[in-house]
Amino acid sequence: MPRMNRIRCALPAALFALAATGVQLAMRATGTDYCLTQLTMALYYALVALGLCLVMGYAGQVSLGHGAFFALGGYTSAILTTHDLSWLGPGGAVPWLKAAGLLAARQDLYGNRLLTVSPWAAFLAAMLLGAAVACLIGYPALRLRGHYLALATLAFGVIVNKLLLASSLAGAADGINGVPEWRLLAGLTVCGKGPARASNYYLACGLVLLTLLALRNLVHSRVGRALQAIRDGETSAAALGIDTARYKLKAFVLSALLAAMAGVFFTHYTGGIGPSEAGALKSVRYVALVAAGGLANLWGVALMSTALNYASLRGWFGTYDNAVFGALLILLVSLAPQGPLTPLGGWLRRLARRAGWKPQPRARLAGTAAAQSGADPAPHLRIEGRPGHGAA
Amino acid sequence: MTGASLALQYLLSGVTKGSVYAAVAIGFNLIYSATGVLNLAQGEFVMLGGMVAVSLAHYVALPVAVTGAVVIVALLGCLLEILFFRGLRRHSVLHLIIITIGLSIVMQEAALHLWDEKVRSLPYFTGNEVSSLHFLGAAISPQVVWVLGTVGATVLALQGFLQFTLPGRAMRACSSNPEAAMLAGINLRNMRTLSFGLSAALGALAGCVISPITMTHYEMGTPLAIKGFAAAILGGLGNPMAAVLGGLLVGVVEAASVSRLPAAYNDVAAFVILLLVLFVRPRGLFGPRQCGTVGEG
Amino acid sequence: MALLEVANLRRSFGGLVALQDLSFAVDPGRIKAVIGPNGAGKTTLFNVICGLLKPDTGQVTFRGRSLAELDACRIARAGLARTFQTPSLFPRLSVLENVMIGRHARARGEFAACALRWPGQAREERRIRQAALAQLEYVGLAGLAGCAAGALAFGQRRMAELGRALATEPELLLLDEPASGLNTKEKEELGELLGRIRRGGITILLVEHDMSLVMGLSDEILVLHNGVSIAEGPPALVQNDPKVIGVYLGGESPHVASGKESQVRLREP
Repeated sequence: MPRMNRIRCALPAALFALAATGVQLAMRATGTDYCLTQLTMALYYALVALGLCLVMGYAGQVSLGHGAFFALGGYTSAILTTHDLSWLGPGGAVPWLKAAGLLAARQDLYGNRLLTVSPWAAFLAAMLLGAAVACLIGYPALRLRGHYLALATLAFGVIVNKLLLASSLAGAADGINGVPEWRLLAGLTVCGKGPARASNYYLACGLVLLTLLALRNLVHSRVGRALQAIRDGETSAAALGIDTARYKLKAFVLSALLAAMAGVFFTHYTGGIGPSEAGALKSVRYVALVAAGGLANLWGVALMSTALNYASLRGWFGTYDNAVFGALLILLVSLAPQGPLTPLGGWLRRLARRAGWKPQPRARLAGTAAAQSGADPAPHLRIEGRPGHGAA
Repeated sequence: MTGASLALQYLLSGVTKGSVYAAVAIGFNLIYSATGVLNLAQGEFVMLGGMVAVSLAHYVALPVAVTGAVVIVALLGCLLEILFFRGLRRHSVLHLIIITIGLSIVMQEAALHLWDEKVRSLPYFTGNEVSSLHFLGAAISPQVVWVLGTVGATVLALQGFLQFTLPGRAMRACSSNPEAAMLAGINLRNMRTLSFGLSAALGALAGCVISPITMTHYEMGTPLAIKGFAAAILGGLGNPMAAVLGGLLVGVVEAASVSRLPAAYNDVAAFVILLLVLFVRPRGLFGPRQCGTVGEG
Repeated sequence: MALLEVANLRRSFGGLVALQDLSFAVDPGRIKAVIGPNGAGKTTLFNVICGLLKPDTGQVTFRGRSLAELDACRIARAGLARTFQTPSLFPRLSVLENVMIGRHARARGEFAACALRWPGQAREERRIRQAALAQLEYVGLAGLAGCAAGALAFGQRRMAELGRALATEPELLLLDEPASGLNTKEKEELGELLGRIRRGGITILLVEHDMSLVMGLSDEILVLHNGVSIAEGPPALVQNDPKVIGVYLGGESPHVASGKESQVRLREP
């Protein structure tokens, strides 16, 4: 790859890392370290929004129930790591399972001895369950179009929400608390304790960055183009040999896995989870965040999602929290259906070009004037040096 | 109480709830037919009808309060259409539906702030909480008769309006062929606003009449909208009479589930119906062919 | 053996019968045109062949293999490509990316490989890009590769869609009114391009209203009227067929044979 291209690819990632470090150091310096907690939570929510961005922005499928996958992941790991299995006794398969790392013995908050599933095993279980449910729901739902799909996913989310509220195993309206910490590596433990705040924050940043990079690779590849083809013309996409049903489902399952993963990390970080995570309000909020980020704009979604969720968690919206997201949804969708950052991005690009920045390499071919317009929909087309063609 | 009369009790309870779902479903159909949009804020009209009526009832007599609430919410419905949907012609149907979701959230939060999170209700129209009529061995509250009667009368009136009056026929023309309707001189925009106003009025009336039984609180809108949508889809979008049938079916299934499952699960039945209909037969019982699946557009 | 065989095809929409017991065949390496008045069932025929519609009865066989159980995606992968009456490019993507999507079925790389950038994926991506660029040059649009597809003029959109269809390396190309909306010069270039495509070994089945293009280019013509085939054969035979003249060509058919700019007016029966 030409050097310019490599720098262009690495630039956003570098900026992200720089900004993330800068924020943390600034917080340390001003003694507002406790804000890292909400920022970490906001970053985990951003993972869900990124998965939804792939499904909505690039594949064009609306999902109004993604909170349910976050909740499924979180609740699975919460239930498995808090449910006491001591009744299994000390013998039988138990010592083997302990040795294999699937079961773990620990003490709970009150000093009682507990035997539960280990966090790693619970994480795997959560991922499997998330994938299974996504396949189960996705397969019939993704055959539906537009608003029917939206409502099916909404109904799914609400059903999960109601089931969690009704189930005593899931703690009903109180949710689950006392979720233990999760030791990932030596020195890196997912937990909410004060001294571990910085390391958890960087862990969350790292997960978001890795997801961004993976999704960006995906979007600029054969698969990404196929998804966008499905979004912009499903019939034509099928007529070109793209297996639309399979691709939609895969994108959906991938986004569900991301949401479930976020749920697991979130639950271990905050020590608990509640049924409202699966509620319609939360699910709609993710849609608002993707719209705010620009629908088909991964970095924009990550940024806006983190920023808005942080503001919400810090209480800046007060009692108008839900109203803000509702209003945001209305404004964004009615005024800027392609996302608010698109006009902004276009404006910045024009400024940059005036300052001498070369056009994006992928648009530079044969050096004609027409290629300079890049991805902006230009109203007029100039073709030079081709006799016989007029701008029709 | 005998098994049969218990079953009848559940049936009546189901039909009562079902008529509210039917009212919401008809509202959905009205707006869908006239604009192609699924208005997920429909449930909030029901909630607001009850809330406004309760507030007005402190100052005026009950019938005036109910009428006033219906008029106010109807005007609100018209206002919403003018503000949010008139100018948005280039947006896809999906965008518009998402806007209605946003509106539903904002209306809910506004209700929370204008009133509060407490549950309130209108007084019983006739009698009180303990009065009951005896019908085939089951005891029902007089309010149930009010609910069934009001919704039934409204549905008939609406059918009459759509079939026999000029504005009603104009609305039907708009929904079956907007271009032709325009060419015939029908003002499409006003028809759309009218459809919103009528839907809102219908929802508000249902909200008033159900208030003594199910109480009114700021969060009741969302589940109502989803259940009402389930009813509309079950009957078949575009068919108002089928929506009534759909509503009654959803209500009865829900009541039956209450008798079998723990109370906490009774909401789930309606949503499961919605999912099943969408997956198995999106056109519902009486809807047109080939709707909702890949293959259109 | 015929490349494509259509046998007793029937398709109706409610009370309207679009295709009635239609049978014909397309031989490999030939250009066959389907002509007929509007509403004759031509686009329905295309939709059935490519799998977007299922016939009520009848068979479509491609290279001896029935297309009945296949969906549009599998049919495309079997070697049939198609363009639409209104060019159906993906407006938000660039022209090059549109054509690269045409390479989808001929390339490799699924979710994991693309997201994690497995070895070989970069090379595959380069191959896709080069093949797409080659197609764009073949149809004469190489200079517009970076433009958003939605910004192209109509004639250019047609060419781009054709390039995208060619990128799938089809054996049979179905073109739905490729000349409509083009001016004279563009039609000439289209005719020349179609000739080149045929010489490259691709079979073409096209629906078209422009008689000079059809008569000058096709090896065989099928005339459709109300879902029924009323004439089939080489251009010279068809244009003198009294049934065809009565239904579609009108009384000025002798001018058409000379290849001049068509003065024929479409006549509804």
